[in-house]
Amino acid sequence: MSVQSASSTPPSPAPHGAAARGPAASDDRPPRTARAVGADRRRRRPGRSQAARGWAYAAPTAAFVLVLFVLPVLLVGQMSASDWPLLAGNRGVNFPDNFRDAVENRFFWDSVVFTVKYTVIATVLLIALGLGFALLVQESSRWKSFLRTSILVPSALGLASASLLFYALYSPQVGPISPLLERLGIVDEPISFLGSPDGALWSTVFLIVWRFAGFYMLLLMVGLQGIPHEVYEAARMDGASRWQTFGRVTLPLLRPSLALCTILCVTGSLLAFDQFYILTKGGPDNSTITVVQLIYNVAFQGQNDLGVAAALSIIVLAALVVINIAQVRGMRAPEEK
Amino acid sequence: MAVTAPAPVPSTSPARPGAAAPRARIAGVLTRTPYWVLTGGLAIVFLFPLVWAGVASFSPQPGSAQVDGWGFGNYVTLARYQAGIGQYLLNSVVVSGLTVLFTLVVSLLGGFAFARFRFPGRDVLFLVTLAILMVPYATLLIPLYVLLNTLHLQNSLLGLALVLTMFQLPFATFMMRISFESVPRELDEAAMVDGCSSFGALRRVLVPAVKPGLITVGLFAFLAAWNDFVAPLILITDSTKAPLPLAVANMRQQVMGIVDYGATQAGVVVLAVPCVVLFLLLQRHYVRGFMSGALKG
Repeated sequence: MSVQSASSTPPSPAPHGAAARGPAASDDRPPRTARAVGADRRRRRPGRSQAARGWAYAAPTAAFVLVLFVLPVLLVGQMSASDWPLLAGNRGVNFPDNFRDAVENRFFWDSVVFTVKYTVIATVLLIALGLGFALLVQESSRWKSFLRTSILVPSALGLASASLLFYALYSPQVGPISPLLERLGIVDEPISFLGSPDGALWSTVFLIVWRFAGFYMLLLMVGLQGIPHEVYEAARMDGASRWQTFGRVTLPLLRPSLALCTILCVTGSLLAFDQFYILTKGGPDNSTITVVQLIYNVAFQGQNDLGVAAALSIIVLAALVVINIAQVRGMRAPEEK
Repeated sequence: MAVTAPAPVPSTSPARPGAAAPRARIAGVLTRTPYWVLTGGLAIVFLFPLVWAGVASFSPQPGSAQVDGWGFGNYVTLARYQAGIGQYLLNSVVVSGLTVLFTLVVSLLGGFAFARFRFPGRDVLFLVTLAILMVPYATLLIPLYVLLNTLHLQNSLLGLALVLTMFQLPFATFMMRISFESVPRELDEAAMVDGCSSFGALRRVLVPAVKPGLITVGLFAFLAAWNDFVAPLILITDSTKAPLPLAVANMRQQVMGIVDYGATQAGVVVLAVPCVVLFLLLQRHYVRGFMSGALKG
């Protein structure tokens, strides 16, 4: 194609001798012929100049990835094996000790247990509600698209903004929920949403559902639309009931989307920080400290020990890699195994 | 895919057969009532907190700057807080603007490189870029805190914007790559034949063709940068350089444990309005971001 269009364009005045010299110097040649030859050449073998240009365009990406991602990952590895106070900087190797200190931290196991508990609750609720909402609003009508937008709007807010909003919403001073329930006679005295460990957990879960349900609804709607119409037609002709259709047709075909959602949700919940930092600050009685919050506390609040924080980060990273590999393995469709 | 297939955007979705139709037939108003109650309730649950924050920020509340009558008292408090809301707003605008700019430029060039050129290390670079998604925020921010100090970018909005750009790259690069791949090669080859350099072809022909992808990438970069809380919390220690979310969160714990909820609500409104407006305007592009992710994810 490129050759044909080259010959069909107005006659090219460029020196053909230059173009014929070969691929290497193509960049400083007059563009017209050079590109025609270049485009033609691309078909046969990737030339050196093409590689050079490719790298030139990819260079900013490479620079960002190298300096702000690869280097920090290596650095966190080094830090986890070093004695590294926040202000003093690197003070030499401290290899197994950082990891021992990390695991022996007073809140380590509490935070792991709490984070896992929170992750299970959040994932089950978000996926179930996301799927429910997706089924509820997928048809198009004016009311449903209004509903869809309503559910989606919170996901435009930042997690921090949403947490601040709910911090006021749950407050005993100005929060509207408790007075409303009291007036309706559902409760007798003001509810303390963030005052008890369970209350704090469920209040945060509600915030997360509010903020993220639209996100998962959208992902699952995309999955639902990928299921061909004919499959449902066939199920109906075979006389399947609605529940049978849902259980035997929709769910299995939605598997890749569900797997993606689960992985995203588990990863996101295991790394929860903003919502607890803003809503509960880990309280009451240190009952809502998540793993990432523990890392933050060790690094920047009080202990100021970046070495131990880095060791904790490495543990989290390793756990996450293992969990995600297990999830990908576990959720791969049977026929792909 | 992003450009050529505008098809299955949810708003035009075909109805799932068997769900609504038969029910409507049996129905009548009575059987539909639970449905209206349920869906109406849902809409209220999701919209109520936003509406409440907006209304409450103007309403009289004890313990805030707006004690009697309606008015802008809380916004005045917010405006006078420490460096003033103008400064924090400016910080946020600078960080978001730089992040969007960097993300667009880097992902445009990167997406072009990944989609149109074959070069050694291409697949490795692409995979490493995607791997940013796999590494927890906190795992990266602690070494980044040290690294930015050695680069003398500590406490700087530029450093923060660079870090936020890096976190955007997996999605942005992926999105721009598939945007470029959905543009037929003949288009840029024709441009090159007509005398464009590869950069000229990119600028004159391809940028217009991948514009929807750029809007999606820019929207996501803006929302992420405007709303980010953790990165400034760790990387910015000078409180006059704090972006808005951090400033509002700090403001909360001002006076000895007494929280000014009114000013907090006003802060939330200032934070939320640009996001909600942008979201409503660009909903289509927001949805496309998800579609591209789900397609290959």
